[in-house]
Amino acid sequence: MSPSHSTLADGFIKDKERARWHDQTLWFVRHKRDLAAKSLPEWEDLRVAASAIKMHTQQQLADYLELFERQATKLGAKVHWAADAAEHNRIVLEILQSHGVTRLVKSKSMLTEECHLNPHLEKHGIEVIDSDLGERIVQMQGMPPSHIVLPAIHLKKQDIGELFHRELHTEAGASDPKYLAEAARQHLRDKFMRAQAGLTGVNFGIAETGGIVICTNEGNADLGVSLPKLHIACMGIEKLIPRAKDLGVFLRLLARSATGQPITTYSSHFHGPRAGGELHIVLVDNGRSQIRASSDYRRSLNCIRCGACMNTCPVYRRSGGYSYNSTVPGPIGSILSPAMDSAKHYSLPFACSLCGSCTDVCPVKIDLHHQLLTWRGEIGKRNQLPLDKKYGMKLARLVLGTSWLYRLSGWLARKIVPRLPRWMIYNRLNPWGKQRELPMFPAQSFREQLKDRQQHKPQPKSQTSSSHGQS
Amino acid sequence: MPTIGLFIPCYVDQLFPKVGLATLDLLESLGQTVEFPAAQTCCGQPMANTGCVNDARPLARRFLEIFQPYDYVVAPSGSCVAMVRHHYEELLHGEPGFEELKAKTFELCEFLTDVLKIEKLPGRFPHRVGLHQSCHGLRELRLGSCSEVMGPQFSKVKQVLQMIEGIEFVPLTRPDECCGFGGTFAVSEEAVSCLMGEDRVADHEQAGAEVLTANDMSCLMHLDGIIRRQKKPIRVLHVAEILSGSAT
Repeated sequence: MSPSHSTLADGFIKDKERARWHDQTLWFVRHKRDLAAKSLPEWEDLRVAASAIKMHTQQQLADYLELFERQATKLGAKVHWAADAAEHNRIVLEILQSHGVTRLVKSKSMLTEECHLNPHLEKHGIEVIDSDLGERIVQMQGMPPSHIVLPAIHLKKQDIGELFHRELHTEAGASDPKYLAEAARQHLRDKFMRAQAGLTGVNFGIAETGGIVICTNEGNADLGVSLPKLHIACMGIEKLIPRAKDLGVFLRLLARSATGQPITTYSSHFHGPRAGGELHIVLVDNGRSQIRASSDYRRSLNCIRCGACMNTCPVYRRSGGYSYNSTVPGPIGSILSPAMDSAKHYSLPFACSLCGSCTDVCPVKIDLHHQLLTWRGEIGKRNQLPLDKKYGMKLARLVLGTSWLYRLSGWLARKIVPRLPRWMIYNRLNPWGKQRELPMFPAQSFREQLKDRQQHKPQPKSQTSSSHGQS
Repeated sequence: MPTIGLFIPCYVDQLFPKVGLATLDLLESLGQTVEFPAAQTCCGQPMANTGCVNDARPLARRFLEIFQPYDYVVAPSGSCVAMVRHHYEELLHGEPGFEELKAKTFELCEFLTDVLKIEKLPGRFPHRVGLHQSCHGLRELRLGSCSEVMGPQFSKVKQVLQMIEGIEFVPLTRPDECCGFGGTFAVSEEAVSCLMGEDRVADHEQAGAEVLTANDMSCLMHLDGIIRRQKKPIRVLHVAEILSGSAT
């Protein structure tokens, strides 16, 4: 069984100072988002519109996908369909092999992370270079991104300095961001120049025009597909929007929600291949149809991958992306990942205090925390709950569901616990007491005190209830 | 005269009787007829939130049965009220009396502002107070505006607290961040929960709060546990204790 979120989070928090730094770094982004959202009086209307457009698209997804395919084909693109990750990887590999490609430059794409494309291509002798700076950094470390928008947000500049010293031979101990960015730029420039193909993700596919839109802050997608003649764009089927005019709604929400910017630095539109080049668009399902079929989780496909739910999530901020052990971490990942494999990701819907901040921050109005709660029930139904939770709650049902047993248990606890020596209460069997004191147990419960009042206080002069006296 | 069924959450009944008494006293001092149906135990939230829906259902049914006769159900807990209003749907959908139950169940502060529409309270509480906005009250019951959603700012809890003479609110850097309690989350995700709690306490501490208050005792139980372990000079009080004048 894969490690639970709490186990991995425990490891992350061992370095408390670092966990706090991670929290503050992401809170800074969340705060920037608040300011950016506040700058638009129509913010909430935009959220409503975006949500409605996405729901509408989902309702007629098959039609819009066909329209998209027709229009994209008309523009000269080649459209491929992949039912799952394996088919996606096979299609990409075939395209690359048929063009004799051995060196590929990728711009950040969470879909290809989800499909584990890099190891598949590398196994077949293709060098894959991630060109987004954060993604390149974690790639050098042999790790996946820890955040979907800010892949290396968990690393300090000193960590990157060390990594670059080892990998790119920068000066030992150098951690000046400007210096490191320049080193990365030179390194990536060489990779861009030598690449035989460029692969990108897709932020929005427009059914009406057959065009695709890719948003980056570094321009790496543009450079990656402008130098070589072959462009492969991998797109989840939920990325579709009906019309070009819908795009404005999403572009305004995306960057503000993601990083607090008014708009991403580069919003690049590709309508068909460049002159003399080829554009292949791979439409990927990989479990999305199944999510779409479920009325409980359908809204999760509204997601535009802005990462705002991660930045706002108090659990994500303090446990880091890797504690989720899945491609998409945080609140949205904790819905999408169990949909793929609930036995593996059983703990993710529980990595949440149900504070609801994710739901309120979400630009496309996904009811994230309610879906997480629904997932908990589903994990229960599938009998995938850890035994302590399962039997703990059965015991709780027995005690809390039986009036006399409930009163007796409370009475016993209040009588016994305060008399116990400290070591019997505060030990490893009591996770509450590891860093917290138990409440001060009162001598009497509320109901006992109420009864005493009734017996010892004068009866009410006027009308009042039968079960207690006037206070 | 309508009768209020007083809903005292199980852990408040057993561990924080003062809060239950303060709630009762406050409602009675406002001329309300209040009954405490003694058959009540727990609304079933711990089970429902842990994914044990079938274990929560009998408790929800029992709750409906016990509170059906009352005109209003009032509880000093946003979280337990949110359970009834928003999460009983799955457990009690279509049961006779359920729709009425949802409509007549209120968190204490919202009952004061929305039903009784009170405009003044007699108490005095000359202290620097940090208001912890408990998440379920805030984002499920919408007792206040939250920092994520753009629009007019309001807080029903603050609105009633402000009627108390001498109260001074301290400014927090993160006015509505979760404290990390989250029911069984506090135990199953102990490390994250405690770090969240520590950070929450630190925010109140840096703001100079003498008293940390909230409308959910569960958040306060968690925060108080951390405060006492770390021997911080802050005391926690439920909003009802301040409003009823039982705290000085």
